[in-house]
Amino acid sequence: MLQKLRENKSLQGTLLISPTLLWMIALLIIPLILTVIVSFGRRDADGNVIYTFTFNNYLRLAGYNTTTPCGDTPPPCFDSLYMQILWRSLTLALQTTVLVILLAYPLAYFVARSPAKWRNSLIFLILVPLWTNFVIRVYAWIMILRTQGVLNGMLGWVLGLLHIPFAPLEMLYTPGAVLVGMVYEFLPFMILPIYTSLEKIEPSLYEAAADLGANARRTFMRVTLPLSMPGVVAGTILVFIPVMGTFIVSDILGGRQVILVGNLIQRQFLDARDPAFGSASSIILMVLTLIVTIFYTRKFGFGEEIAVV
Amino acid sequence: MSNRRSPWLVLATLLVYGFLYAPIAVLMIYAFNSSRTNVVFEGIVNQGPCGPFYWFCVLFKNREVLNAAKNTLTIAFTSTVVSSIIGTMAALALQRYRFPAKPFSEAALYIPIVIPEIVMGIGILVLFSTTFTWLNGLLGLTGDRRLSLGLGTVILSHIAFSIPFVTLVVRARLHGFDKSVEEAAMDLGANEVTTFWRVTLPIIAPGVLSGALLAFTLSLDDFIITFFTSGPGSTTLPIYVYGLLRRIITPEVNALSTVWIGTVLIVVFISQRLESRET
Repeated sequence: MLQKLRENKSLQGTLLISPTLLWMIALLIIPLILTVIVSFGRRDADGNVIYTFTFNNYLRLAGYNTTTPCGDTPPPCFDSLYMQILWRSLTLALQTTVLVILLAYPLAYFVARSPAKWRNSLIFLILVPLWTNFVIRVYAWIMILRTQGVLNGMLGWVLGLLHIPFAPLEMLYTPGAVLVGMVYEFLPFMILPIYTSLEKIEPSLYEAAADLGANARRTFMRVTLPLSMPGVVAGTILVFIPVMGTFIVSDILGGRQVILVGNLIQRQFLDARDPAFGSASSIILMVLTLIVTIFYTRKFGFGEEIAVV
Repeated sequence: MSNRRSPWLVLATLLVYGFLYAPIAVLMIYAFNSSRTNVVFEGIVNQGPCGPFYWFCVLFKNREVLNAAKNTLTIAFTSTVVSSIIGTMAALALQRYRFPAKPFSEAALYIPIVIPEIVMGIGILVLFSTTFTWLNGLLGLTGDRRLSLGLGTVILSHIAFSIPFVTLVVRARLHGFDKSVEEAAMDLGANEVTTFWRVTLPIIAPGVLSGALLAFTLSLDDFIITFFTSGPGSTTLPIYVYGLLRRIITPEVNALSTVWIGTVLIVVFISQRLESRET
């Protein structure tokens, strides 16, 4: 028996992978299949799922409302509410990703070109904020952004010195607050992969570029930037996908003003008690992120940089 | 190499570091606020035997917080240990063996990385709630004996999302592994088991360790999956803080955050020390 196992490499591999497969099938594949099944169901009066085969949840997301009136118009009617939510989530995720790249790149570049003995400490400083909890990090922004908060306090103090009248700005519970919160939450996830890909670049390449007469700008555009693209792509995946799905930042910093797909799904499961519609929203969210990710990785490909977090 | 550094780059870097740390500094300073509502900083609290650390004392007497902290650590430790072992096994399998389920496993391991967490969270919620309803009916379980969401479901789910990340990190380490060392051990008469414990594991240990650290971080930081898989008795610190944010916020939350950050820093510092001593 043992002898047989010793010789059968394929069996050894299968045994080693089996706990992982068990976990992935039980807590990933089956839940996803169940979500798809539930998304074709409907709810009864108590919020339980009735397993039917209806496209109503998907039609409702697309704006075709068959059950509830849209304002004064009786159903079936067109209501773009959910399309707006999807569009808002998508644009916010794109804005966040672009802003995060713009902030992360200079820092990653600075660290990658610092003397080797400093690099680990500088990267360590990027990790520390990540070890405070996600929820705690959002909470900090309430203290900064609210009407009597730190930012308004500082602005008032500076303008007061200059004798300029100042009325506190309403910053909390705005789309801007949500954007700032998202950028803050996910910035480290962009810095780390970009740093990893920049650090891999052989210094001799820079010397070669210089020897061949390239100036700093040209070296950056033709050598540094292309070689760091795998890091940017990995970072984009690590930022874009969670931003699309999170609901805490918009919940806490957006109040009831900024509703994203994440909030929509969460409410269907907790407040509205319509798991069928929530599941359909979740499937659409997954499809949307998969399309963007596949399109993006096909174009640029991603490598081991994703493993650095 | 770095002697010609643009002042703009230095400025940008400093600003981004400032952006990363300003909120954390604010959080810590407000932990010493004398104002109960914690909206405006009204001066350093000096109350009771604890003086400026008043809110920390309040915190350590709060049973709910202590219980949430215990839950958080239980979940993080258990899921880290299990997912590190399972993930390392998977990394070995994928890096070294050919077997029929390989393409499927590779694909399955990428899914948690490329789908939003909430999709996985509600999927698991739907799975647990349907299974539990069905089993409770089938076995006739009632009252306290009914199966419900709790620490167990949270731990199982945390293991599920940690495995892919551990596997990824350990595989990266196995990538540059020189197989001839293992062959040498076998030639010298060691069997597979001895070779694994005496040669393979020590070499990949730093990879396993960083995989474990990643799993631990992910578990401590997780909100969404915990939110959907925890029950009334399994509140974790993030869930507890979230609950407070929707009601009233006293400097107690800031004290909690300060203790949290301090603890994590100490743990990381010690583990880095240990790591550097080994090499």
